[in-house]
Amino acid sequence: MTQSTVNSSPAHTTKTVRKDNWWLEPASIALGFTLFIIYATFRAFENNYYEINQYLSPFYSPKIILEFWKFSPAILVLWIPAGFRATCYYYRKAYYRSYFMDPPACGVGHGGGSSYCGETTFPFVLQNLHRYFFYMAALVVLWLWKDAFDSLFFQGQFTFSILSLVMFVNVVLLSNYTFGCHAYRHLVGGKLDCFSCTKASQTKHKVWQFVSKLNEHHMFWAWMSLFSVAFTDFYIRQVASGAYSPMRIF
Amino acid sequence: MAKVTLKVYRGDKEKGEFKTYEVPIEDGMVILDAIHYIQANIDNDIAVRWNCKAAKCGSCSAEVNGKPSLMCKTRLDRFAKDEVITVQPLKTFPLIKDLVTDVSWNYEVNKHITPLTSKDEGEWVIYQEDIERVQEFRKCIECFLCQDVCHVLRDHDKHANFAGPRFLVRTAGLEMHPKDTASRTKYLKEEGGIGYCNITKCCTEVCPEEIHITDNAIIPLKERVVDDFYDPIAKFLKGLFKK
Ligand code: SF4
Ligand code: SF4
Ligand code: FES
Ligand code: FES
Repeated sequence: MTQSTVNSSPAHTTKTVRKDNWWLEPASIALGFTLFIIYATFRAFENNYYEINQYLSPFYSPKIILEFWKFSPAILVLWIPAGFRATCYYYRKAYYRSYFMDPPACGVGHGGGSSYCGETTFPFVLQNLHRYFFYMAALVVLWLWKDAFDSLFFQGQFTFSILSLVMFVNVVLLSNYTFGCHAYRHLVGGKLDCFSCTKASQTKHKVWQFVSKLNEHHMFWAWMSLFSVAFTDFYIRQVASGAYSPMRIF
Repeated sequence: MAKVTLKVYRGDKEKGEFKTYEVPIEDGMVILDAIHYIQANIDNDIAVRWNCKAAKCGSCSAEVNGKPSLMCKTRLDRFAKDEVITVQPLKTFPLIKDLVTDVSWNYEVNKHITPLTSKDEGEWVIYQEDIERVQEFRKCIECFLCQDVCHVLRDHDKHANFAGPRFLVRTAGLEMHPKDTASRTKYLKEEGGIGYCNITKCCTEVCPEEIHITDNAIIPLKERVVDDFYDPIAKFLKGLFKK
């Protein structure tokens, strides 16, 4: 391509002339992520209070118990949602801005430098594997639906509690996040150039339209499901430790 | 009469300074009106490029209080009463004078994109659902605000390696066109440098045509590049299926 033509004139001597609180968004996002990561790491290693009767924490589901594995079973599962979120197009935007400050906000200089490689080299080139994480994360979400339904039965009897309701709300939010994924949007129909050409592509178009609707609010679902998954785990932890009750309705 | 204070860059790329102007405010006034007032009444030699004054030609791009904007679409009543408004030229392109930059680099980039290629020579019948995505991209007015704000060009100076959001939008419009048969994924991965985009969405934030540049053009293109270069399992399965 053509040579660099970047402007280095006295018209732009400061990093930005923006006067609004442009730092507020990246700072709050960094705070939100950091709190979640601290809580999730603590819970993954706590290896306790994750199950009580028919309730199982989403951090430990599916529960994988292996003879030789002496550590927390959460570690065997959590790498899937962690990898899924770490490679998610929304979270990438958020942490490139909040943690890497590249850029911290629009039109705000950050020291730049021509050594920038973006997602062209290791490790960030691995972001391209996002769709593989999607496949695995989708299976985990389906499993969480099973957990939510299992929570409705105790010793063969139907029961309903606020904790079950929390589990259902959580799995709905997680599904809206997972199935609004950009990679899924592509795989399910976005990759086609002609939607009307065949019967199959017409059906794919319908699914693509639905996924696009979820995708429009992907950031919203990303945050809502992050809160709900932490809250669901917290509630189950409190019930398992005896601090709270599941609040049975019937 | 109420007045607005503007700090406008005056100079070229070697020498210049911000000059303060006071301009009387009229109802519905935009930044471009204020610059025209300065040109007509205070400093006749202030350089500004404009054409339509209707946010459709993409000529009057500048940075208003640090935000890449069309001067003809930025109303004065958007700002606080006593606010001093800073007007700068675009940062990403070489400055010619005052608010005018040389955006010709963009036209060079454009020449490297394979144009619409179709084997269908008959009369085209295209259904709305097949062209909807492309129509969004055709709204582009080539104001190059997205190119200006993109940190890959603006801060990292990757003009030699990255086509920039405007041209990813154009490429998306061609790639998703129902009649197009060319593939541009190799171009995107190599010369177009789509991997340099870290999807931080500033292009989308500034686009005056409200094109969802990142979500609807760049990310779908990134996924098409993944199909062709980073998904060995899908390739393997496709190979099996073909036999
Ligand atoms: S999303 Fe990509 S193309 Fe758009 S401004 Fe950010 S880095 Fe540049
Ligand atoms: S995509 Fe939007 S911001 Fe970029 S050149 Fe076109 S109209 Fe301007
Ligand atoms: S893009 Fe966010 S989950 Fe795939
Ligand atoms: S003058 Fe045409 S877009 Fe502003």
